[in-house]
Amino acid sequence: MSDMIRYISKPHPVTGVTNAKLGIWCFLASEVMLFGALFSAYILLRTGATEWPVGADLLNVPLATVNTLILIASSVTIVMSWASLAMKDLSRFRIYMGLTILLACAFLVVKGFEYGAKFEHHHFPNSSTFYAIYYTLTGLHGLHIVGGIVVNLYLLFPGSAMWQTEPERFLGRIECAGLYWHFVDLVWIFLFPVLYLL
Amino acid sequence: MSHDEHKLPFWRKYIFSIDHKVIGIQYGITALLFLLLGFCLMLMMRWQLAFPAKPMPWIGGFFGDALMPGGIMLPEFYNQLGTMHGTIMIFLGVVPLGVGAFGNYFVPLQIGAPDMAFPKLNMMSYWVYFVGGVIMLASFFLPQGAAQSGWTAYPPLSDIAPAGQTWWLFGMVFLITSSLLGSVNFLVTIIQLRADGLSFFRLPFFVWAQFVTSFLLLLAFPPLEAAGVLQLMDRLAGTSFFLPSGLVVSGEILQVSGGGNPLLWQHLFWFLAHPEVYVLILPAMGIVAEIMACNTRKPIYGYKSMVYSVIFLGFMSFIVWAHHMYLVGMSTEMSAFFQVTTMIISIPSVIILTSLMLSLWGGSIRFNTPMLFAIAFLPMFGIGGLTGLPLGLAASDIHLHDTYYVIGHFHYVVAPGTIFALFAGIYYWFPKMTGRKMSEILGKIHFWFSFIFINGVFMPMFSMGLAGVSRRLWDPTQYAHAQPTQPLNVFISISAWCLALSQIPFIINFFGSIFWGEKVDTNPWQATTLEWATPSPPPHGNFETVPTVYRGPYEYSVPGREKDFHPQHESGS
Amino acid sequence: MEKYYGWGLPFNASVGGEKIDQLIYIFHGFMAVLFVGWFIFLIIVLFRFRARPGHKANYHLKHFKAPSYIEVAVALFEVVLLVGFAFPIMHQYRNVPPARNESVEIRVVAEQFAWNIHYPGPDGLFGKTDVNLVKVGNAIGLDPTDPAALDDITTINQLHVPVNKPVIVRLSSKDVIHSFSLPVMRVKQDTIPGQEIPVWFTAGKTGKFEIACAQFCGLAHYRMRGFFTVEEQTEFDTWLAKQVKP
Repeated sequence: MSDMIRYISKPHPVTGVTNAKLGIWCFLASEVMLFGALFSAYILLRTGATEWPVGADLLNVPLATVNTLILIASSVTIVMSWASLAMKDLSRFRIYMGLTILLACAFLVVKGFEYGAKFEHHHFPNSSTFYAIYYTLTGLHGLHIVGGIVVNLYLLFPGSAMWQTEPERFLGRIECAGLYWHFVDLVWIFLFPVLYLL
Repeated sequence: MSHDEHKLPFWRKYIFSIDHKVIGIQYGITALLFLLLGFCLMLMMRWQLAFPAKPMPWIGGFFGDALMPGGIMLPEFYNQLGTMHGTIMIFLGVVPLGVGAFGNYFVPLQIGAPDMAFPKLNMMSYWVYFVGGVIMLASFFLPQGAAQSGWTAYPPLSDIAPAGQTWWLFGMVFLITSSLLGSVNFLVTIIQLRADGLSFFRLPFFVWAQFVTSFLLLLAFPPLEAAGVLQLMDRLAGTSFFLPSGLVVSGEILQVSGGGNPLLWQHLFWFLAHPEVYVLILPAMGIVAEIMACNTRKPIYGYKSMVYSVIFLGFMSFIVWAHHMYLVGMSTEMSAFFQVTTMIISIPSVIILTSLMLSLWGGSIRFNTPMLFAIAFLPMFGIGGLTGLPLGLAASDIHLHDTYYVIGHFHYVVAPGTIFALFAGIYYWFPKMTGRKMSEILGKIHFWFSFIFINGVFMPMFSMGLAGVSRRLWDPTQYAHAQPTQPLNVFISISAWCLALSQIPFIINFFGSIFWGEKVDTNPWQATTLEWATPSPPPHGNFETVPTVYRGPYEYSVPGREKDFHPQHESGS
Repeated sequence: MEKYYGWGLPFNASVGGEKIDQLIYIFHGFMAVLFVGWFIFLIIVLFRFRARPGHKANYHLKHFKAPSYIEVAVALFEVVLLVGFAFPIMHQYRNVPPARNESVEIRVVAEQFAWNIHYPGPDGLFGKTDVNLVKVGNAIGLDPTDPAALDDITTINQLHVPVNKPVIVRLSSKDVIHSFSLPVMRVKQDTIPGQEIPVWFTAGKTGKFEIACAQFCGLAHYRMRGFFTVEEQTEFDTWLAKQVKP
């Protein structure tokens, strides 16, 4: 059946993209709306509040800076993994993809320490509106990271069998995974100043 | 059948199928069942409204003392029925039927594609919807019952509601995910997989409608998902996104951190829920356009202006949401903005309706069942649209807001409007899906009785609304200003029960015709679009040979040709 | 006694509410004209162009000019309604409060499922309230230590106002969103917890009417009914004097 559907590995001559790539762009558009709505909620709550803490006073900025660097590095490695595959080097692809996953896990570990420290001081989502939005936004972002890790793990191990049968399509998949990963990274780039610095 | 479908085991072929046609039928059957269920909930509410606090004969005894002691419906049960009627009809009935069923089955066929772009995603979209539906249904069996804060789920009421509300939110998250998967799939399918020669301006109007609908689903649903996440946090993690400080509920101070804003929910909710109106109505307009072109035997009037209108409508629907919120105390500047956008959005709707009406001019109109339903759509949607005007201006909305006038208005759009169009679609495409036609006699009985009684249900609501009767009242006779309208409530309820009886011919017709309907060939209606270029029902992979398109979608009665229709895929001028 | 309620708009007891009625009537006239026009056209077309032997559909579309004119006319009419009616009415309704010294000021605190009415008393000052003081008998949490609170008057579900004098109602809610609706005054305003929103009106006729809750607020939403009495100033003063101080 899937052999009858066109533009799975080759791009459409007019739109210039494959189905998967168009699909991931659509998906990211809806993700923009999701986080856009949450950022709007943040703005509305903050402008309506009588007092609002400065993020830096409550949150651990150095730790978050480290996390920002980790995510940026992972964005680089996922591009490298795609580039290695484009140069038909599967083993280098595996190394870079593995690195990406490790960096993502490192991000989550750091995040875990951050959450743990907050819990120790009895700062929970119900402590204040600031903590509520902090936990919601970073939690949802964390779930996106977990989702990315699962997909990347699939592409690293069982999914890479496709490299033997349909290399072009597999390369397309890595590109889509990369686009998603850049988006998750970008969300963090917005979250970091909004929550920690402003 | 030249393909390998016979090798698949039963459960791959009919249950976890990745064939868009099977998925379309799954969506269709599930959605029809949900529509029936939502309708039954309303029939029960109508008893309470017509004869407040009187024991319900026969049926009342089934529900036990927890819900209907002595056959009398408790207010909490009434509120559950009302909430779930709205939720089921919109999110589990009409949208899955219009988009999930008809969209899934006919968009690939009409654009000459073998399937949707992502068949597995398509299957997932159905099953996620199914799980969402099961969660919604299961919530009825919770100790305190299903959600009861209205389908709009306004906090703080929904924040402090019993557990059914949490289930409702989880159910919604599944339904939103399903819509999201579906809409990505539709967009990619329509953009990438059109047959050779099928340019955008040769697309049948139905495909255009689905295309714009998918954009709305893609971009409008995420804010509701965000709102749902925030409300879940409020309910489960004790945050107070929607709870301001200093609330006192039944004499107790609510122990929350406070600082939230209940209007935040309304903004996020209506940012989805207004485009949602167009998600309901656009596929219906698409179906009506198809049927009208075929049964007038002529091209539809102003195809291009209809396409531009539908795009404009989709765009505008994102900036009218706060006209549901005129009375929350917004500034006059803000309400002025939303009144202006609301008046602007009425114009493309009028253009589409007028074009459809003018399409009848100069035709040779065949009055078969699908056409009757499609024609009835026009005045019914007209009433729905016109009565939206006084609600769209803040000044007249002061008196009419949250009264039965609102109920009458949006039901005219959705019930005799959209649902009639969906019935039209069922009668029209049933031969393609099953290879057999539905009975015309039963169909016409179904149509005329439904048409009469559905007006009997909704027309008196305008009068009640003008009298100022509020919505969602368990016992409307409590208010002096509502008492004179009580005979209307009785009339509405009797009409509703007769409307239910009028659906029996349809149910007999639907199931009977699967086995005993008149057998049809490829193109029983002598239509031009691509779905009629393949056998009924279409084989796996849809087309024996990949079709090429040579002309626009509605080339009927072309002068100088022997036949009065010129299919899109036939070469030659 | 006059018949207040029927199958159409309720009795209008307000000064100024007739503008809203007028707008509603204009709308319905406009809708009737459009709908009847459409409907007649539809019937004629369905009859004239029915399929029958010897009748063929015409491929060439007749170009209609009338619909474009009608659409422009409809759009212009909508502009007239917006600028001529909706904007001025809303401006009056939201932006032009009556002078405080010439009007009666009342607080209304909604709760599940009652309307707490709070009059400032002779000193014209509302006493301070605090949620921590809310208890049976003090539904709005009036602070007895505040001198301004001493002469305040609270009632449950009994809203009395004098006739021909502007009334300002400051609306708030203790728990969920309600909507304060006075059908005979053509007044409706949501009460949003955490906010205080004023509405104002002037009653032009005396009578006994009701307050309705127009926003779904829970189990007993259906009986969240209050009593709304418009009476002569002297009767109003007598009534007010008879009310128990908290």
